[in-house]
Amino acid sequence: MNFKFGLFFGLTVAFAAPAFAQKALEAPGGKYAKDAEQVFRSSFRDDNPKYWMSRLAQDETMKTCGQYRDNPPRKIGEKLEKLNAATIRYPVEGKLIGDWKEGEKLAAVGTGGHIGFIQPDPAGKLRGGNCYACHQLAKKEVAYGTIGPSLQHFGKIRGNSDEIIKYAYDKIYNSNAFSACTNMPRFGLHNWLTPEQITHIVAFLVDPESPVNKD
Amino acid sequence: MIRRLMKTLVGAAVFAAFAGGVAAQDSKVADEIAKYREALADGNPADLFELKGEGLWTEKRGPKNASLEQCDLGQGPGKLEGAYAALPKYFKDTGKVMDVESRLVHCMVTLQGFTQAEVTKQWYSKPGKDSDIEALVTYIGAKSNGMKINVPATHPEEAKMAKMGEYIFYRRSGPQDFSCAICHGQEGKRIRLQELGNLTTQDGAGFAMKTWPSYRVSQGTVWTMQRRLIDCMRQARWPEPNYLADSIIALETFLQKTATGTVMETPGIKR
Repeated sequence: MNFKFGLFFGLTVAFAAPAFAQKALEAPGGKYAKDAEQVFRSSFRDDNPKYWMSRLAQDETMKTCGQYRDNPPRKIGEKLEKLNAATIRYPVEGKLIGDWKEGEKLAAVGTGGHIGFIQPDPAGKLRGGNCYACHQLAKKEVAYGTIGPSLQHFGKIRGNSDEIIKYAYDKIYNSNAFSACTNMPRFGLHNWLTPEQITHIVAFLVDPESPVNKD
Repeated sequence: MIRRLMKTLVGAAVFAAFAGGVAAQDSKVADEIAKYREALADGNPADLFELKGEGLWTEKRGPKNASLEQCDLGQGPGKLEGAYAALPKYFKDTGKVMDVESRLVHCMVTLQGFTQAEVTKQWYSKPGKDSDIEALVTYIGAKSNGMKINVPATHPEEAKMAKMGEYIFYRRSGPQDFSCAICHGQEGKRIRLQELGNLTTQDGAGFAMKTWPSYRVSQGTVWTMQRRLIDCMRQARWPEPNYLADSIIALETFLQKTATGTVMETPGIKR
């Protein structure tokens, strides 16, 4: 009886394990992924400007991340990281650290870039990094999100060597150069922030006088 | 209703205690809480929508001068109990998977003789222009209060819809690289101070789905699930899908399937 049960249990595990692994690997939508893409694409009014509709386009990184539920195998992740690292552009003057006071403002701004017929942003509405949506930064701002790690005392902990400054700049410009399929947007790649704006946020992170490090 | 009100008040007290420290620093948050308290003083304003919805349901309206009392929301003509909790589902007469809103609109067109355009013109409230759909959906939703969400998606068309919803949930695009999963695929995270549900689990999806339709204090009206999801897409900086679009019904099917078994507490009240 015990032997039989053991055999049954063993077999169940043997069969269930690969089935489970396979299930975890199945791309979202399964065999209906193509139908789903078509259904999604045909959900929009015909009079959406082309520029709006272009926001539904997916580059290789977006497509691949979706397929793997943002958790790609390491080999594929590395490929995406290389691809994204190659997109990083620097400010013309080459200085990667700007004005932390400007960076502090940009870190708090979560508006801008909304489109559509219901509640679009007016043209020219200030866009920011919206860093506080996901990260803890200056001590005095208690309304911070937790999707990303705390960046409080970023410079105090890591210093402000050229390497750290370049890392911070690169990470903001294209987060996927370091960890493919991260939740963090690629602010430089999408021209959401200009290279100059990114240098201000870098300063906010590393400058010893910035409230990120001082308080 | 009384029990619900008590629960809401306890929730509000906890919310207020938590947010108290923030209010001092952020007057916007303070304003929100003031509005929240004011709204709670007389219970959930959604109760008024519910009453109005009941009136609209039974009133003879439209070119055919008919009420909606023979509308089949999936449980048989006129049967409202538990209907919301079991939607979206496949309907033979249309050959489509429909959610509460697309089915309601279907009834207003077929039973009352309105055109689809007339009915959906005011699918959400604008200042000074209330939406009949919001009131009707609140009424229909309340008839599922206390019942379990039941969308197993066993019909092949429902199963397909749920899978397509899953695809859209993980689909990334736009200038912020967003997908639904970015904010709603993990446990215990928040944006600023707003807590986020993990919609990939029964608990998380259940917590989200059981309270809709919901009175949005910051918006001063009830939001339906269509409105909720379309606005998520606006916030992702994408174009807005059409009202009643299949992509939205697919997402709803995916979420209701994941939430199946959770007990409805509707109408809800939210920030």
